[in-house]
Amino acid sequence: MLAGPARSVKGAEARRSRRRRPDRARWWVVLGFLSPFLIGLAVFVVYPVLATLYYSFTDYQAGSYQPVNWVGLRNYRTMFADTQVFWVAVRNTVWMVLIMVPIQTVWAIFVAWILTRIRRGALVYRTIYFLPAMVPIVATALSFIVMLNPVGPLNHLLSDVGITGPGWFSDAAWSKPSLVLMALWTVGNTMILFLAGMLDVPKSLYEAAEIDGAGAWKQFLHVTLPGISPIVFFSLLTGMIYTFQYFTEAFVASGSANPILSSNESIGYPQDSLLFYTTEIYRQGFQYFRTGYASAMAWLLFLVIFAFTLVFIRGSRRWVYYGGAR
Amino acid sequence: MTAAVARPVEVRREADLRRIRAVLSTVATHAIAIAVALCFLLPLLICLVTSLMTQQQAGTGALWPSPFAWHNFTDVFHDMPFARDLWNTVLYAGLSTIGVLLSSVPVAYALARMSWRGREVTFMVVLATMMIPAQVTSLPLYVVFSQLGWVDSLKPLIIPSFFGDAFSIFLLRQFFLTIPSELTEAAKVDGAADWRILRSVVIPISKPAIAAVGLFAFLYAWNDFYNPLLYTGNSSTSQTLAVGLTTLAKSSHQNAYQLQMAASIIFLAPILVLFFFAQKVFVEGVTLTGVKG
Repeated sequence: MLAGPARSVKGAEARRSRRRRPDRARWWVVLGFLSPFLIGLAVFVVYPVLATLYYSFTDYQAGSYQPVNWVGLRNYRTMFADTQVFWVAVRNTVWMVLIMVPIQTVWAIFVAWILTRIRRGALVYRTIYFLPAMVPIVATALSFIVMLNPVGPLNHLLSDVGITGPGWFSDAAWSKPSLVLMALWTVGNTMILFLAGMLDVPKSLYEAAEIDGAGAWKQFLHVTLPGISPIVFFSLLTGMIYTFQYFTEAFVASGSANPILSSNESIGYPQDSLLFYTTEIYRQGFQYFRTGYASAMAWLLFLVIFAFTLVFIRGSRRWVYYGGAR
Repeated sequence: MTAAVARPVEVRREADLRRIRAVLSTVATHAIAIAVALCFLLPLLICLVTSLMTQQQAGTGALWPSPFAWHNFTDVFHDMPFARDLWNTVLYAGLSTIGVLLSSVPVAYALARMSWRGREVTFMVVLATMMIPAQVTSLPLYVVFSQLGWVDSLKPLIIPSFFGDAFSIFLLRQFFLTIPSELTEAAKVDGAADWRILRSVVIPISKPAIAAVGLFAFLYAWNDFYNPLLYTGNSSTSQTLAVGLTTLAKSSHQNAYQLQMAASIIFLAPILVLFFFAQKVFVEGVTLTGVKG
């Protein structure tokens, strides 16, 4: 995605800058244009990132008037030595990244592929498939809690065909699969990307494959899939980054699936099965006000996402195929 | 087709077979497509019918409201501070969209249409800021905003949007790059300064991209849960709908599903209306995001 155009743009720009001498007045114009971003960068990015790093080595508690002490690596040690909550949150988050993200991507490819096979009514189908991606996450989560409540409509429908439905969000074994179901429902954005990518694959490649005697499945495997591999890569990468930071869906599902608990007590309900890394940061940082400890957790998350992204980008060079100059 | 009469019998039969197979595969494809469509519609339909049920019926798994409790849609305005939450959401989404556009357009212009040393590096910085988890920045920002006395108001949600949004800058830059340089060069020869080129050449051409970015910014704020939860979650005046929906529809330790669903319908209605009127803008925006990235 980045390779082709970026290089040619860079060349053109080099030529342009050689032609025009940058003068001082122009610098001020550039600075003027950039000023909103530069101020925002300093105030809302650079300062908080550094402050979190500093907090993570202290026992700072926001809101309390306790003196702030430097505690070195204690927060990090506490995290790793924790036998309960921390590792549960890590395990649940990793579960989501490893299971939800691939399923979501395969489903998006499948739905997009169906759309490419359809001539009549394609626009209607596309609208219906894309629609859920527009629904606010909170409304989605609440709708799923209603639909999937143990005596709710879906289990009602299932019992009509002789299946005893599970407890969904109130059963620790089914709560994460319920979130996966929800993720499949909201796959519209990714699906549109795959659709655009599939329609971009040159027709001549399919014709050549057909002459070679390739059936529909072989054509998909050898023509479509390589053609959309940059989008597979993009989808897996953004899905992974998003899922490491998975918050709203889990917070709302835990908070609303059980009416007896207040939303503050309910993080992770049922039985910590929906305790994720970010919901734990929220609880530590904004409910217990253990700012130092929460900062250590947040910084570790940052590093992990960064590392995974680098590794993933590097690993992708082997299987992502960028066709010619796009 | 007309020549088929003259062909030998077995050739005709083969053509028939092929046509039958084509029809069958079309039917199968549509059957799958319809099944998938039903899966995508089911949660929305259930949300809709539940919103019309009585409190007694709503938790029972019933599939059709009887009687129809239309009053749920007025009850949300009586039983919960729905109007207040709605107004706060409109303020947050509307003002932050304006902020994002005002601040991001000039930055994107400088990154796409002006040549200066450090441009590529600055662009990489813009991209890098998108990778920082909200949890990393929100802890110190919460401290700062609470010291400023901004917590429990909409200020922490709206004001930062006036300082450039990485995602919007990125999208706009991608679009600005595609504008042919002849157009801006002509203005330059006429002695126009950058500000005027941006205003009178670039912005008019880029209306579709700006509309898409504006829609995304609006949607983001309308849907945002994390920031409103942090800054207005305990507020009695500044709460937004995303947070209000999860807390306010619980009556006496029992989920008032029918109210939650009625409120959800009102919450997502503006989005769906926007979507139907601006479908092309949405889809183009989404493809612009991914494919050209």
